[in-house]
Parts: sequence; structure tokens; C-alpha cells
Amino acid sequence: MQALETLELTRRFGRLTAVDSLTLAIEPGETFGLLGPNGAGKTTTIKMLTTLLPPTSGDAIVAGFNLRRHPGQIRRAIGYVPQLLSADGTLTGYENLEIMGKLYDIPRRELRRRVEEALDFMGLRDSADKMVREYSGGMIRRLEVAQSMLHRPQILFLDEPTTGLDPVARRSVWRLIRQLRDEYGTTILLTTHLMEEADQLCSRVAIMHHSRVVAIGVPAELKASLGTSGATLDDVFIHYTGDQIETGGSYRETSRNRRVARRLG
Amino acid sequence: MKLQETGVLRAAWVDPSAVFRGLTGFVDKTLVIAELEVRKLSHDATELVTRAVQPALWLLVFGQVFTRIRAIPTGNVRYIDYMAPGILAQSVLFVSIFYGIAIIWERDLGIVHKFLASPTPRAALVLGKALSAGVRSFSQAIIIYLLALLLGVKINWSPLALLGVLVVIVFGSAIFSTFSLIIACLVRTRERFMGIGQVMTMPLFFASNAIYPISLMPGWLQVISRFNPLTYEVDALRAMMLAGGTSAYGIGWDMVVLALVMGLLVWIGTRLYPRVAY
Repeated sequence: MQALETLELTRRFGRLTAVDSLTLAIEPGETFGLLGPNGAGKTTTIKMLTTLLPPTSGDAIVAGFNLRRHPGQIRRAIGYVPQLLSADGTLTGYENLEIMGKLYDIPRRELRRRVEEALDFMGLRDSADKMVREYSGGMIRRLEVAQSMLHRPQILFLDEPTTGLDPVARRSVWRLIRQLRDEYGTTILLTTHLMEEADQLCSRVAIMHHSRVVAIGVPAELKASLGTSGATLDDVFIHYTGDQIETGGSYRETSRNRRVARRLG
Repeated sequence: MKLQETGVLRAAWVDPSAVFRGLTGFVDKTLVIAELEVRKLSHDATELVTRAVQPALWLLVFGQVFTRIRAIPTGNVRYIDYMAPGILAQSVLFVSIFYGIAIIWERDLGIVHKFLASPTPRAALVLGKALSAGVRSFSQAIIIYLLALLLGVKINWSPLALLGVLVVIVFGSAIFSTFSLIIACLVRTRERFMGIGQVMTMPLFFASNAIYPISLMPGWLQVISRFNPLTYEVDALRAMMLAGGTSAYGIGWDMVVLALVMGLLVWIGTRLYPRVAY
């Protein structure tokens, strides 16, 4: 059984096709990377798979459930960390965790244990009672991941988990993702436009360009397929997406990303 | 090729106990969302104080002056008594009508997305926020009761009447905060929302019986005021807040109208809210 499977999954916004006939399968326990320049359709894909956005056509099975027929069952089985800031700055870290746990029907006694455990796991124990707006960017990300893991999801969706983080915070998030995979066996689907990140974390990657998947496979094999010695994932990316790394990103999107970067920074 | 579902479905609508669990789950989630908002408020209560300035001005300045000049015929009720429930309703309206701005804020971040991807029923998200607006309004009510007491308004202190006032406040805040949420879902940006919020508030207030009787209005405005939920809120408040207060439409009818309007708005809000994440 696959953890996640899509068949010709498509989303259009008016005349724009954001995701075009996406077909892929992810094995349980995999850390799968969805790569691509801004505007390639990564976030739209995640929004569909997390039941936030109904697909225009096509189908998907997430954690064993059909996306169209049983979105409620899927929501119980997945965890999701949005690209944008999703922890509440006006609450403490502890409260952020507690509220999320309640929404996922974790029994009260068990909840306290899991919140404590999550705080230790994420290294947030000492800041648990501080307001989140006083956290650093890396701490906020770790808290958000902790929120999404409280109910022990089978699949975790991370949308650009390290965008806007400095190198130190980025490495701490990477370490965390590896730990989640190793200790809980969680299947992870993450999006990124950092090739180093994909290389470090992902067992397989799919490269999206202009709404379509243009390459899919194990990073090492993708590199080897270029036929040049010492090729990096960057080279693979450029090979498949052309040299248009500077694509995408409207004024609105840029302003939003910078704002988030500043908040997380 | 066709995709095959392999997950084990939880039965939801088959046996009565599952329906009961679903219902208690819904109430439970609604309360969690309300709790979330109340906790935010408890961390920073300055907002409650600044919000109290406006109703205080209305009561202390407008109310006292108009009581003295007796310009508005309010029968054998003193004008300040007549207007106190109206100002209570007004401050409920003002607290609630800008609620949508928080929705837009949460959408610009990823908070809305995280809630919508959780198994929380959509209606519980909307209703929970509506209830929390009620909590905010409740704190305003305490201040207005104190001011009214200070100004010698004859207040009905019977526990039943106080409870009734509380219920009406919750209805009123739920109605206007959900209305605000609906507008926020439609306009989507902060700038447009602020503009519309400003434009809506005053007409809602003036096309009601909050500070003058409907019988003084021109015919067309009387018709409009009958479709304004604020009118029924004020009517019920006037009957229950004041000692010897009377209702023009009947408290029962007021409650039915308020409950129906709230139900309708929460239903619309529940349909629109998930689109915020698109």
C-alpha cells in the first residue's frame, strides 16, 4: 500500500493551470521532495493533498482515503505545516500546542504528556511559557512542526519548511525532520526550492516546472543521468527547468515572502 | 487505472451513539476555538479598556445632553435610561463588526490553513469565533452597566433578566462578527475591508431603535429598521436591562429573529470560510 498516490491530479484557476496532471506515488516512510521554481505548482499541490483546495480534475488517495469522498478522514491522518507563519504569536508555545492537541481529539491526560514530550523533542522546554512572538524563526518552525506532530500523523506535509531561516536554524530544522523520520517512521512530503535541502533530506524528489512534473527519482540517479561527472542536484534542476531559476514570483508574492522572512527571521 | 481506497472508514451516521459523539465533538471543538480567542485576550487586555472609551462618551456626553434637552420623546422613560441598552447594543456591534480583520490577518499568515487542514468541523471554526466575540462584548457590558449605574439608570438586577441580557449579547455579537467574517471572506484584503466596515457600521446603528424610537423615523427608514437585526437586539435589551422595561415586539419574537439570523449567517460563513485558504 502507498502512503500517497495521485492520478492525473489537476487544478486550474480560471485559464491558468497551476497543477497539470500530477501522477505520483509515495511509499510509507519515504521523505519525498517536491522541487521547483516559484510558481511551479508546489504549494497548490500541497493544498490539494491537505484537502484545502478541491482539485479541478483527477484523483488522489492520501493515507488510504479518497481525497474527494473522505476529506475528513484524511485530515485526521495527516499533519501540515503551511509555508507561512502558522503559530499564534499572541499565545505561549505551550498554549499553541495544547489548542492544536484539543482540536485533534487527543484525550486531556494523554495531551499533557505529549505536549511535554514535544517540547523536549523540539528543544523548546525552556521557552514553553514565553509568548511565541518572542521566539526566533527557527524556534517558531520547530513549534509549528511540533503542533503538526502531536496526533502522530501518518503523513506530514511541510511546505517550504526552511524558507526565511538563517543557516543555523535551517540545519536545526533538517535535523528535526530526520529525527521525525527515524523515530516515528512518518512519511514526509516537503516542498523546497533549495537543492541542498532536497539532497540532504529526500529519498526521492520530483522536479516541477510550469505546473508539470518534469523529472522524478532518487537524487543520486538523477545526478548520474546527466552523464557529466560531479553533477549536483543544482545541475539537474537547471537541466530540467532551463536556466530560468529567476522565474515566477509576483509583486504580491514577493512582498508576502519577505514579510514572512522578516517575521521568522 | 483507478485508485483504490484502503483506509478503514469510521462510521459516522450509522448508529445513534456515533451521531451523539459527533454532536458533542462539535460543541467541544466550538468551545476550543472560543477558548483560543479568550486566551489571546487574556494575554493582552488593553484592547478592552480602549474599546470602552467610545460607549462611555456616548453615555456621558450625548446621553446626558439629550436627557437634559428632552428632544427625543421616550414616553415616561428618562432618555438616559432609554438609550443605555441602545449603547450596549452599539458597543456589541462595534466590537464585533471589525472581527473580520482578524480573519484576513490569519489568512495572510498560515493560521487559517492550519485550522482548515485539521479535523475541526468548519461550522465549529465559525461558531467558535462568533462565541469569542460574545466574550469580548461581555466585558463591554460590564463597563456599560457600571456607567449606567453611575448615571442613575434604573437597572433590572434580577438574575433571570441578567441572564437574558447575556444571551442577547451573545446572539448580537455572533450575528455581527459572523457578518464581518462573511465580508472578510468576500473582499479578502485589509484595505477594502476597513473601507466597507466603516461604511456599514453607522447605517446599521442609525437604522435601528438604539438611540431614538422607530416611530420618529421617516416611513422608508422604518421599513429598513425592521430588517435590521440590531433593532431586535435593542428591543430585547431594553426589555430586560431596565427595571420595568417593555418590549415592542415581544422578547420571544426578538429571540427567534436573532437566533434565525445567527443560524443563517453561520451557515453562509461556514460555506465561505474554507475558500479563504485557496
